[in-house]
Amino acid sequence: MTSLKVVLAGVEMENPTMLASGIMGETGGALLSMAKGGAGALVTKSIGSVPRQGHKNPTLVELEYGYVNAMGLPNPGIEAFNEEMYVASSAGIPIVGSVFGSSAEEFAMLAKRMQDYGAEAVELNLSCPHAKGYGMEMGVDPDVVAKIIKEVKQAVVVPVFAKLTPNTHNLIEVAKAAEDAGVDAIVAINTLKAMKIDVDARRPVLSNRYGGLSGPAVRGVGVRCVYELFDALKIPVIGVGGIEDWRSALEYIMAGAVAVQIGSGVGRNGPQVFGDICSGIAAYMAQNEIRDITQLVGVAHD
Amino acid sequence: MTERFMVTTTTVRITSRTEEAEGVVTLRFDWDAPASPGQFIMVWIPGVDEVPMSLSYLGDRKGITVKNIGEATKALTSLQVGDMIIVRGPYGHGYRIPKGKILVVGGGTGMASLLPAMERIAAVDVHTAIGARNEKELLFEGRAKKTSSNVRVSTDDGSKGLHGNAVQLAKEMMAETKYDLVIGCGPEKMLFFLHQLCMEKNIPSQMSLERYMKCGGGLCGSCAIDGKRVCREGPVFSGDELKEMKEFGKQRRDECGGRLKL
Repeated sequence: MTSLKVVLAGVEMENPTMLASGIMGETGGALLSMAKGGAGALVTKSIGSVPRQGHKNPTLVELEYGYVNAMGLPNPGIEAFNEEMYVASSAGIPIVGSVFGSSAEEFAMLAKRMQDYGAEAVELNLSCPHAKGYGMEMGVDPDVVAKIIKEVKQAVVVPVFAKLTPNTHNLIEVAKAAEDAGVDAIVAINTLKAMKIDVDARRPVLSNRYGGLSGPAVRGVGVRCVYELFDALKIPVIGVGGIEDWRSALEYIMAGAVAVQIGSGVGRNGPQVFGDICSGIAAYMAQNEIRDITQLVGVAHD
Repeated sequence: MTERFMVTTTTVRITSRTEEAEGVVTLRFDWDAPASPGQFIMVWIPGVDEVPMSLSYLGDRKGITVKNIGEATKALTSLQVGDMIIVRGPYGHGYRIPKGKILVVGGGTGMASLLPAMERIAAVDVHTAIGARNEKELLFEGRAKKTSSNVRVSTDDGSKGLHGNAVQLAKEMMAETKYDLVIGCGPEKMLFFLHQLCMEKNIPSQMSLERYMKCGGGLCGSCAIDGKRVCREGPVFSGDELKEMKEFGKQRRDECGGRLKL
């Protein structure tokens, strides 16, 4: 029998596939439908202190090999999200509460609320590339990242994940600062800052002009980042960026990811992408006589 | 079922503009993308907004029928022949029509999504109930008569046809004819009561729903109703699916994803 079970910083998952933040995570019902697709864990949309509409449309550009999006962190606010977490909890799999703030104190308050709502871990969005004053604007500074993590770690007992941006030359430095500050796992990568111009309209398509590139187009960058992080860190790494089938999931796992997150793959392949990836990995393991998926983590390293 | 991914973004120019009723305009444009009845497209008016619109005409010269209710629809209804819009899609699951006697119930601009279905199924016997606030806002009566052997009208103010709503009209028509399927599109309160009526009479139904929609591409979840994406699993849902929904007829969501009473 092959086992796809993983324990991620203390969070037990039936399989290593997780819903990435930002996709189908705004409502309890949407989260439940992703659980039905076979996900091992679900990460919510990033939630802030107050309701937020996000950017005006167009917020999404579809490309052959991915998407450029600038949703702009729309969310109903932490108060209203209680009800969505309550609905999502009936999925019976771990829910990871993603939060974004503009200060360490705000991150800590939001993380504590997510813990109160039943989140089995919290994920700090330190990497959104298209919301002014949030995300990546904080997540490229190792000192700021360390301060936020220390504050959050004091506020909660559940594991804390930091989702980092590849839009920096010092990803490793930021990740090490996060590790030293006590973070339990690193999630890499968020989208790459990007733009799409329509030549007929002669302007950027997104209302925010800038957005984040995701999907298979960024996979090579994500795999490289995870590979480097695996070498540099002792804490677990969660791989994300362009995963949409079992081969691309295994790429990340072999680069060193303990678990993987899938976002764009839900749009491109549908909610059953999680189950499809798991059966593909299980078949690969059976064929190669590997009993436990953890045996594959980081095998691409010497 | 695996969703197949394809980039569809296309620049098109308006080839005709028709005023259908007060504040309601049909725009036609040449676009040969495959489409089925009940599907929708995302329409980008550069510099203004991007909004979902049902296709009111299929085939190579497609069309949308727009009611001027806000900034984006004002810009759309102001477009003239030769103007440019950028479209993507068509998206979603439309009507799945079996053979038999079908009752089509449209309220307001809901007829826009229903007419392509009626035209594709012209071989079967179609009856139509059209509801409007008043005679001036009545849409597509003439076009419906081309494919429908029995077209009846209701208006809220009694200025034409039955003085009442489309559900009351549908109830009268169900008393006279036994239908195999009811398809509906219109305000959700209308659809809610139409669905109740269909369940009472034990008639299968399909209804096209609307929700605030951001990405249109099945990703963001802003249009989810009980976890089902209006942009992918919808916009047309079967009566059985609607029966399972707690939010249908009761609750929608605002731009932030917060719950609002319908």
